[in-house]
Amino acid sequence: MMKINLDENNIVILTIDCEKKPMNVIDEEFVRTFHQKIEEITSDDKNTGLILTSARDEFVAGGDLEMLRSIKSAEDCVQLTSLLHKSLRKIETWGKPAVAALTGTTLGGGYELALGCHHRICINKPKAKIGLPEVTLGLLPGGGGTQRLPRMIGLQNSLLYLTTGKQLDPQKALEAGLIDALAENEGELINKAVEFIKSHPEISQPWDDKKFKLPGGEVQSPRGYQVIPASTAMMNEKTHGNYLAPRNILCAVYEGCQVPIDQGLEIELRYFTELVLNQSTKNMIRTLFYSINECNKGEARPKNVPESKIGKVGILGAGMMGSGIAYATAMAGIPCVMKDISQETLDRGKAYSAKVLDKLIERGRCTPEKKEQVLSLISTTTDASDMKGCDLVIEAVIEDRGLKAKVTAESEAVMPEEGIFASNTSTLPITGLATESKRPEQFIGLHFFSPVDKMPLVEIIMGEKTQDKALAMCIDYVRAIKKTPIVVNDGRGFYTSRVFTTYVSEGINLISEGVSPALIENAGKMIGMPVGPLAVADEVSIDLIYHIIKQTMEDLGVESVDKATLDLSTRFVEELGRLGRKAGKGFYEYPTDGKKFLSPELGKLYPLNKIQPELEEVKDRLLYIQSIETLRCLEENILTTTRDADVGSIMGWGFPAWTGGTIGFVEYIGPQNFKQRCLELEKKFGKRFSPPKILDGKESFYN
Amino acid sequence: MKTVYIYDAVRTPRGRGKADGKLHTVRPVHLAKTVLESIQQRNNLDTSLVNDVILGCVTQVGEQGGCIAKSAALYAGYADTTSGFTLNRFCGSGLEAINQGASSIMSGYFDMIVAGGVEAMSRIPIGSDGGAWMIDPDVATKTHFVPQGISADLIATLGGYSRTDVDSFAVESQKKATLAWEEKRFQKSIIPVIDQNGMTILDRDEHIRPGTTVESLSGLKPSFLEMGTKYGFDSVAIQKYPSVTEINHIHHAGNSSGIVDGASVVLLGNEETGNKAGLKPRAKIRSFSMVSTEPTIMLTGPGPATEKALRAAGMNIGDIDLIEINEAFASVVLRFVDEVGADMSKVNVNGGAIAMGHPLGATGAMLLGTVLDELERQNKSTGLVTLCIGGGMGIATIIERV
Repeated sequence: MMKINLDENNIVILTIDCEKKPMNVIDEEFVRTFHQKIEEITSDDKNTGLILTSARDEFVAGGDLEMLRSIKSAEDCVQLTSLLHKSLRKIETWGKPAVAALTGTTLGGGYELALGCHHRICINKPKAKIGLPEVTLGLLPGGGGTQRLPRMIGLQNSLLYLTTGKQLDPQKALEAGLIDALAENEGELINKAVEFIKSHPEISQPWDDKKFKLPGGEVQSPRGYQVIPASTAMMNEKTHGNYLAPRNILCAVYEGCQVPIDQGLEIELRYFTELVLNQSTKNMIRTLFYSINECNKGEARPKNVPESKIGKVGILGAGMMGSGIAYATAMAGIPCVMKDISQETLDRGKAYSAKVLDKLIERGRCTPEKKEQVLSLISTTTDASDMKGCDLVIEAVIEDRGLKAKVTAESEAVMPEEGIFASNTSTLPITGLATESKRPEQFIGLHFFSPVDKMPLVEIIMGEKTQDKALAMCIDYVRAIKKTPIVVNDGRGFYTSRVFTTYVSEGINLISEGVSPALIENAGKMIGMPVGPLAVADEVSIDLIYHIIKQTMEDLGVESVDKATLDLSTRFVEELGRLGRKAGKGFYEYPTDGKKFLSPELGKLYPLNKIQPELEEVKDRLLYIQSIETLRCLEENILTTTRDADVGSIMGWGFPAWTGGTIGFVEYIGPQNFKQRCLELEKKFGKRFSPPKILDGKESFYN
Repeated sequence: MKTVYIYDAVRTPRGRGKADGKLHTVRPVHLAKTVLESIQQRNNLDTSLVNDVILGCVTQVGEQGGCIAKSAALYAGYADTTSGFTLNRFCGSGLEAINQGASSIMSGYFDMIVAGGVEAMSRIPIGSDGGAWMIDPDVATKTHFVPQGISADLIATLGGYSRTDVDSFAVESQKKATLAWEEKRFQKSIIPVIDQNGMTILDRDEHIRPGTTVESLSGLKPSFLEMGTKYGFDSVAIQKYPSVTEINHIHHAGNSSGIVDGASVVLLGNEETGNKAGLKPRAKIRSFSMVSTEPTIMLTGPGPATEKALRAAGMNIGDIDLIEINEAFASVVLRFVDEVGADMSKVNVNGGAIAMGHPLGATGAMLLGTVLDELERQNKSTGLVTLCIGGGMGIATIIERV
């Protein structure tokens, strides 16, 4: 795991190599071994310095989340973390120089090791990343990162990296002061490190000097009084108080930078321990790290089907979705043919890819050569027979059963026998569409989100007859285009649309009851949804909501639809022409020369109640309704795993990450507490809040 | 309980709180000494009768730190037996000093005191003492801290006060203060600040802008727009007031209280000690109150404070002849008037802090002196002083001439 070499100058080179792991990561064994090695090295007087480096392409990728998951008590957390603090303090106060010779990516705990050295040099690999991303998983850098970084680059600069988790390539890291020097290769890396050690035989950290002053101004100074309150407010503007990690980071910096480093580390450790034991952090790690990784690795893929070869993809429809799918496919190096009825539409569809690529070029993330190469993979046709040779055909035409049946038949007539036909419908059940297919076992749903180039999720829908082979190919395809697949069973709205709709409907219920529109929208944002439910309704357009609800009513009867949504959408569409953003008016007004604002008309249409509900109740309604519907999806076997529920909710419609997902939220509250609250809400607001049976006796959804 | 009499009140003029303000060369202890000496001399006061000097001072750091009340009492030559006490009730400090002093006299803890306040804002900037509420991220987060300007704009947003409403009020403040100076209405209480050679440094309020019009104010940019929108404070306030979609930023330097330097004191005592000192009381204290309200909107204390003081005095708002409410921000006054149903013609008849400035710790005692002078000038009887205070607090005092 760690090798010690002594060079001719008596400089110790400590090389990290976690053989048992795919990457160098800090786990419990690492912490103990590191401590032992540092004790050894620093107690030998003949040693003149230390170079800390790695045998891998990366230096250290961070802390091992398994280790954090295994921590069950505050004592364990404090004990283990203190040992790392002790080792780093030993290096800092040894009196002899220590250089972090970074071979590449240096993140989280890895960068904290580097911060504990007196000098940091990194090989200039453009793809290497340097930073402290802990906050994105609900953690803080617990290895001294919140203490050493501000002491090195000042309050304001350090808070930027600490509270956003921003990562930099080595060149940018040098400019930002995160590292001290660059090297071109390994040889130069070690040479430069040796050079530094020879020219600084005696050294200590600036913060161990009694006269040390925080660069850019102390906490208790006019500068600190500007930076800290503004950072706090900006953090609260973003988090609405839902995320503990950024707050704890600010607190650790604020408190820790007013005392000497050793006491600062003690303070950091308290805030770190609080996060490690926090349920929201656990949920975030479970979903944002483990579950997403499992989805990305194709955990849901049937194991007995050999990997599919996708030579060519056919895309039916060159609208918004079709064009986006073509772009994503070509970006993955897969040739595709896009079909529509007019060449003009097709040209526009292909131009979409060119536009997205031009933007990437502007930002330096693509080259003109690469652009040409990607575009060359997209061909267009108005002839259905060009679906010949397509291993996968994705239908992205308008939501019309007749048209869908027609294009399915046309494609199946020419497609290879083994080919898979996928529908990108977001509303029509797959099993029904598959009845029009010659090969319903090869018919599947592939629900992309708009805009396709930005949205990371694809919801794969199994029809009643869909076979494993179709699923396997779709997962292979989704992985190839670097998106995250979840797999669900067929049903109205599948999983994502079905649950997301409840957020909008609940907003509509609230306004229909006379709740202040501002309160509804603010509550939506305050639970952590990207926008309020009324703003969402305007974006998806109220006539679409109206059409879907009418269709559902026709298919399943009036009992099956939300009455408030039916009434309001009918009134908005049939009487008022308030169709949403596209019509220039919906719940909001959209002045051509200014910002949108909640329409004052709403007050006349739905007069405000004298007594408005408590904010907490409105927030609960908007959150609970989504988790309740998700639980129903689990009961009805639309969802088969909590993993797909959580990942799908966060990546699909921006369900707040602090919860860990729709089921994560139930876990956060505690299933029995959740059930209790459902019963209260049911009593006040009706059946839609009645607790699903699956909650009965449940203590956890994850153990 | 003993009755508390007011024997005298003095104040310095208010200097603009900037480096080019006339009082910027004057130490705060000198400002305090000026009023302490003056009230002693005018009343030929044996300071051994003065048990305590209580001064409000908000930013107690540096030369305003270390209990400036005791330093100033010694420096002004008060008897060694006179103790000193400095307190911080934010903007209410000067009136709090009076109310604390009054309570002490009522209870018999003290017989005679000098109470007031001092603040040299040009030398010790507001906020330079930090404080957990504003600076500590955990405290600020859990309590939805926002700067007062955001609160003032929130009050305007909720109350529906427009930019024109607040600017018109500001113009009135300037007009009234200008007229008051022209007619020498402050003459009784103003003590010029002089240097060691007897030369006058400042003898009149320096912050007033007599020619101010709604038109001339219209060019001023809102002061708290950037703070609110770019640095997140609007969102923090809205999270506490979710029925608000957007905060209407209408306050600026021209309709908010001015940053100034100044000091003020009032002489209070019981009848027996007053007689011993050969003093004739000018008024007595009828009642006083301290309340605290929701801290994010912060500046809504004067209404409840006034109601509480009125109840304690067995009065209603119609029984009050003159009202001084501190013009921290124009919206604070507009809301107060609406809330308690006050008659605007009785409010701040000689202008207020928008025109003349708000030397934090000193303002409360200045307002008490101002209302007392004006009651005498108009030959009226009862006066109310009230101020909004950081943290949501509010303070009020009702006096009656004798």
